[in-house]
Amino acid sequence: MREMRIHGRGGQGAVIASKLLASAFFLEGKDVQSFPAFGVERRGAPVTAFLRVSDGPILLRCEILAPDDLIVLDPTLVQAVDVTAGLKPRGSILLNSDQPPEHYARLVRRFRVATVDASAIAAAHGLGSKTQPIVNTAILGAFAAFSNLVSLESVCAAITEDVPTRAEENVAAAREAAGSVRICAAAELHA
Amino acid sequence: MKKVMVGNHAVSWGVKLARAEVIAAYPITPQTQIVEELAEMTADGRLAARFIKVESEHSAMAACIGAAATGVRAFTATSSQGLLLMHELLHWAGLGRLPIVMADINRAVAPGWSIWTDQNDTLAQRDTGWVQLYCETNQEVLDTTVQGFKLAETVDLPVMIVLDAFFLSHTSEPVDVPDQAEVDAFLPRREARLKLDVHDPHAFGALTTPAVYMELRLRQQEAFDRAREAFAAVDREWAERFGRGYGALESYRTEDAEIVLVTSGTITSTTRHVVNERRARGERIGLVKVKMFRPFPTGPLRDALSHVPAVAVLDRNISPGHGGIFAEEIRAALYDLPPGRRPRIDGYVVGLGGRDVTPAVIEDCLERTRRSQAEAAAAAANGGAEREIAREDIWVGVKP
Repeated sequence: MREMRIHGRGGQGAVIASKLLASAFFLEGKDVQSFPAFGVERRGAPVTAFLRVSDGPILLRCEILAPDDLIVLDPTLVQAVDVTAGLKPRGSILLNSDQPPEHYARLVRRFRVATVDASAIAAAHGLGSKTQPIVNTAILGAFAAFSNLVSLESVCAAITEDVPTRAEENVAAAREAAGSVRICAAAELHA
Repeated sequence: MKKVMVGNHAVSWGVKLARAEVIAAYPITPQTQIVEELAEMTADGRLAARFIKVESEHSAMAACIGAAATGVRAFTATSSQGLLLMHELLHWAGLGRLPIVMADINRAVAPGWSIWTDQNDTLAQRDTGWVQLYCETNQEVLDTTVQGFKLAETVDLPVMIVLDAFFLSHTSEPVDVPDQAEVDAFLPRREARLKLDVHDPHAFGALTTPAVYMELRLRQQEAFDRAREAFAAVDREWAERFGRGYGALESYRTEDAEIVLVTSGTITSTTRHVVNERRARGERIGLVKVKMFRPFPTGPLRDALSHVPAVAVLDRNISPGHGGIFAEEIRAALYDLPPGRRPRIDGYVVGLGGRDVTPAVIEDCLERTRRSQAEAAAAAANGGAEREIAREDIWVGVKP
């Protein structure tokens, strides 16, 4: 079983991202379980969502405390909250950032790190506004390319099926992000 | 068709498949998504129902009572404080023998203000005359919702479908959605035996003197007795048609078990995980899941537990001044078994107000029962007194 945690801010689509990713894995025949942090959400405040993926039935129905993979939708969260709390040694981190992964020197030393400028890609495809782009679908495309756990085609199929408006733009953003993800060279050594 | 959906939407889909005709509800976290989805299904014509917006849960149940009395299929959903506000009308639906189906998301009661799960809201309605069915997965939620209408209409009792806040209500997982035509064959239109009808007038709930009230109660008790077999039949038919059945009670890997954990709701899944790990290490540990709380599955519980040396009941609820409610009821159900077949029963209070129940918490309960069982066995070997049955429940996973 693989456990993942998504960090974002209220309004960025972290919870939807966890559902879309669950659907993508489900399309590949996995059992899936996704859920938001159980609490009260506010726009702009830190939000977390979780995902379990397994080849067999998922029996655990408790919180995820030691994830294998992180997706971070907002680079400012790296300073604001302890995003790596509980992350397994050599776990993966995918950051929405216009910086190369090496910019996050402390993270690169301990984890496999990749970055993608999902904000710019989402804005270019007209998702959300210029100042508050909705980055969840773009970063999932990048996740497919970075993680090799799920195919980009499955992510795009999940978006097409589950995103009620502007599915085409969201798919296009996911594809563009998949092509522009920057993976830390050290990460390849780890892998 | 399999879809990834949250538990709340599994309820909505169950209600849609059951072709509920009147839906009256008031929103409350974490139930709101159920009603939002049903409002949308009603608005866009996927569900031919009358959706009644009300100003409180008390009114929601009142509307369902009126609707059900006219012979139609009525549904509502609520949680916690909303369920407590309904309390008076729950009795009215119960003793009125109206086959309303309601989903309740188990949410702790205030104060302090909580939106997280525990079972005190529904267990406080134990004596209102509602069947109570607790669910473990989103699939079970959808299936039980449809089954609930058939059971309700078979025995003329209202049915409460119960699911944990967040651990089911807001958790997405794959759910098989049956074909409408197949569900229609399982659950035809409701045929009410008695109903409010301007062409054939009846009065319901009129003054009931001491000369007849007790018989009214006895008929209700008899209906609950029939509900046990009626649920078994409904569940059997569902399994034949759709390949999934649940039972009022499920015994999981209890063969030769030295200790059996008893659970309800989502704690059950995590306990399955613990049982699988222990069995892989050769330990004789099993699980009994209680799905049906009213009517209480006394017979199946006695069958499932009478051969077991020690039982550990995990209660996500508390009756202040007494103990965990499932543990108390199970002790009462097993008390008059012959001493040699009567298990020791340890009660554990866990997970109140949404406190996480992890494998570690469950293993803590298991180890405590293992130790107390060893002590009891040692005492018996030394010619000690008859094994003690009723003990004080232990709170696990709390700060001192």
